[in-house]
Amino acid sequence: MNFSEVFKQSNQLCKVSPDGKYLATCVQYRLVVRDINSLQIVHLYTCLDQVMHMEWSSDSLFILCAMYKRGLVQVWSLEQPDWHCKIDEGSIGLVSSRWSPDGRHILNTTEFNLRVTVWSLCTKAVSYIKYPKACQKGVDFSADGRYMALAERRECKDYISVFVCDDWHLLRHFESETQDLAGLEWSPNSCVLAVWDSCLEYKILLYSLDGRLLSLYSAYEWSLGIKSVAWSPSSQFLAVGSYDEKVRILNHITWKKITEFEHPATIINTKAVVFKEVEKRPTCLVSDEITQLPAQVPVIKPDPDRANPKIGISTLAFSADNRFLATKNDNMPQSLWVWDMQRLSLLAVLEQTAPVRCFVWDPRRPRLALCTGNTKVYLWSPAGCVSVNVPVEGSFQVQSLFWHCSGSSLVLLSKEHVCLCYLNSCFGGPNISHKHITFMSL
Amino acid sequence: CPPPLLTLSHISGISMSPSRQNSHHSLHSTMVLPKTSYSVISAFCTEENISQCIAYINQEVCSLGLTGVSLESESGGLSAVLVLNLLYEVLQLQRRAQRALHELETQQLKNSSDLEHLQHSNCRLKDQLEHTRRENSGLHEGERQLQLKIKTLQNCLKSEKEEVQKLQSIISSRATQYNHDSKRKERECTKLKERLNQLLMDKRDKKLSIEMSNYVGRSDGKRGLWKTSKMEARHEGEMYRALLSDYETRQRSLVLENSELKKVLQHMKKDMIAILSPKNVCVQPEPADDSLEQAVSEGEEEAGDRSRESLEQSCEQAREQLTNSIRLQWRKLKSHMERLDSQVSLEREGDEVMSRKEHEDEMQRMRLELQQCKEFIHMQQQLLQQQLSSPCDEETAALLNDCYTLEEKERLKEEWRLFSEQKRNFERERKNFTEAAIRLGHERKAFEEDRAVWLKTQFLNMTPFVDRKRPALSEPHGALAVSTEPEAKLQSTPPLVTKSQSYSVFSTPKAAPVKMPSTADLYRTLHLIPESRGHGKCASGKMLTKSRLRNCSTDCSVISLVRDESSPV
Repeated sequence: MNFSEVFKQSNQLCKVSPDGKYLATCVQYRLVVRDINSLQIVHLYTCLDQVMHMEWSSDSLFILCAMYKRGLVQVWSLEQPDWHCKIDEGSIGLVSSRWSPDGRHILNTTEFNLRVTVWSLCTKAVSYIKYPKACQKGVDFSADGRYMALAERRECKDYISVFVCDDWHLLRHFESETQDLAGLEWSPNSCVLAVWDSCLEYKILLYSLDGRLLSLYSAYEWSLGIKSVAWSPSSQFLAVGSYDEKVRILNHITWKKITEFEHPATIINTKAVVFKEVEKRPTCLVSDEITQLPAQVPVIKPDPDRANPKIGISTLAFSADNRFLATKNDNMPQSLWVWDMQRLSLLAVLEQTAPVRCFVWDPRRPRLALCTGNTKVYLWSPAGCVSVNVPVEGSFQVQSLFWHCSGSSLVLLSKEHVCLCYLNSCFGGPNISHKHITFMSL
Repeated sequence: CPPPLLTLSHISGISMSPSRQNSHHSLHSTMVLPKTSYSVISAFCTEENISQCIAYINQEVCSLGLTGVSLESESGGLSAVLVLNLLYEVLQLQRRAQRALHELETQQLKNSSDLEHLQHSNCRLKDQLEHTRRENSGLHEGERQLQLKIKTLQNCLKSEKEEVQKLQSIISSRATQYNHDSKRKERECTKLKERLNQLLMDKRDKKLSIEMSNYVGRSDGKRGLWKTSKMEARHEGEMYRALLSDYETRQRSLVLENSELKKVLQHMKKDMIAILSPKNVCVQPEPADDSLEQAVSEGEEEAGDRSRESLEQSCEQAREQLTNSIRLQWRKLKSHMERLDSQVSLEREGDEVMSRKEHEDEMQRMRLELQQCKEFIHMQQQLLQQQLSSPCDEETAALLNDCYTLEEKERLKEEWRLFSEQKRNFERERKNFTEAAIRLGHERKAFEEDRAVWLKTQFLNMTPFVDRKRPALSEPHGALAVSTEPEAKLQSTPPLVTKSQSYSVFSTPKAAPVKMPSTADLYRTLHLIPESRGHGKCASGKMLTKSRLRNCSTDCSVISLVRDESSPV
């Protein structure tokens, strides 16, 4: 494992281009584009204000920088550094900005979610979409980039509009049977749209591309419902995480529950492996060890009087090969649960010394990287678990991380810095604590 | 006065046993019976036994404690006063007794009525007791049931309370959520209002605009198209196409999976049927087995049917049939396994348990044997087939036969040739031998002549002097070789004559016609066969072995004449 130098960044704005060649970071009002291999600065752009959101276009030719306070969006070109584009939302304000899948349109959501403005870079034309819903996830593009689903709210009812991204033609507009739509997501094969209700009602609806309701699933009534939803990459499974600390897996043929994964405080499943990060000595490196089952998982009881309690499955992620599912239960924040989707059973539990902040799957291999806000990066694969200390002068507290699209390197973000971690095929290095661990081939 | 007497006797009659009836009936008839009606009137006292009666009465009276009656010695009459007194006392007694009896009777009546009364009341009380007992138990039962009811109700109450608590917690969490949301919305509303106010106040109105250096080409390089209904239709079409293709791929994969599963099920079924074939199943004939056999045969039929059907058949009935048959087979297999298990457990308890290893070895051996037998049979069959399988037509048969005969002919010819060759050789040998024998005979003749001459000379020259001039004479004209030692020659000659049979023929060559020596003799001469032990060794020459001799009949090589150097003749 090699680590690169540390570079500055602000607002955790650091993105790799979709083609994997460049790394763009925002430092205050500057946009720095580096070559991924040499990390040399290739381009440097200056925006008008502190950048709040930065995004690459799908063809890696343009970068948009949104400055919400000023209501401005600036677009930069990599091919022609002299080219410039500025979108001013005017007095109506700006809340979010994103690219369309074709990389030629920008969708701006105005303040108070009054409308979504679609700006075209090809024609300078403007389209408006009224009454977008302000919810957890109100807009989603299909994986092939052809369709966009948008949640709308008119007269106290939820509607879903399906647009053709080609020319923003409204393909379908239908009422959703939700009480209060919280989010929608396309299946990876772009044929099914999953729509779920707010946490006050456990309801997940499955709509076909042409607007027909395929199925409705509700596990229970009255108690707080769905917290997170994830599709498996093959569109075979839909994982629904809820406030009752369970993940329910629905299958794509009957849309019925095939199993549910529980997150109990005591693990007695003998086939699962529990990796526990143990503090050996305060000054020493921390190592992982495999504990004997039955094992206890530390639980933090949430405050019952607060809204959106810290209980339930808040994050779900499928591995790229569809074989594993990683889940995090909010009232066991230090543990990460890995499930085997072939056997539909618990495979491993990773217990860390601090709450898990971020975990991502390698886009190519079944490998999971996670961080807990300390100076280490943890990697899990079916072969075993490894933790690596980031060898940086001063401490580099890893707040979040993501993989390079090739799966050969990790981008680690601390509060104000970014560092790259290159993973080689043969594992080695003095900073790795490998006591009680089985090596894995990376 | 006679009546008192009569009365007395009457009374005595009463007190006496009726067996003492006497014939005083007349007395009775005249008597007026006092209110009592004593039918038995027996005269106790007569004229004759007055004294006895008196004595008896006295006795009785004394036992009662009264003064007795004395008997007057005169005519035997009694003192009337005494008797009357006695009578009066007796009457008193009687009265008292009567009164006592009466009292007793009344007492007894009272007692019996009391007893009856008590019995009644006893019965009544018993019934009452029984009744109350029953009531009591009934009440107990009722109480117990009520207790149970109480318990269940308490449990219900507890669960209801829990439910209520849970619902309350849910309500409270929902309430918090609602509050939170409503607060958020309110805040947003306020912000909106503020902004609206601000906008109303604000004179400057920043228009939304876009500034671009130049237009950017579309990502796919094509020109933009107008929005028309055709476009809309195209979009619709594309959408449906996408959906359809997705359904198709899914359906394909499902069909594939289905067919694979069906195949697996078919195999399973076949295997199960094979395992459960009747010879396996009929280990212990039980009534249950009959159905099993039937079902197995059914299953076999089904298997036959199945094999004929194609796997792509996906109609409902076929599927159900398959699953049902699988279930049936599985049940059979299970029961079979159970039976086997029970058998094994039984056998384990028995003595004649063969270890698994032995069993397997036995099996292996048997298999091997079987294999060998099979091979043998197969081979036999093949040979038989070859034998029997006459060629299709006579020609070929004849040809074959001819071939065989030809082969044989050739072989025979060869052999014949060899034989004739051998014969020729033999003849030659014989001829040579004969010549040699003739020569030998001649030589022998010559030798004999010489001998005769020598003997003659010897005889003639028989002198005590033996000189050595003999050698010159002893030069035979014969062809026979002469050894250097004449003595030896001389010495050996007689034994030679006596010993050697082989030269028996030669000894009289002139006498007898030249006879062909027999083969055995020839051979013996030639030392081809051993004559007798210790005859003499053959220093030189080849010695054919016995085995070769035997084979010499066919394989005649030139026999080299062997000359024995030690035979001087």
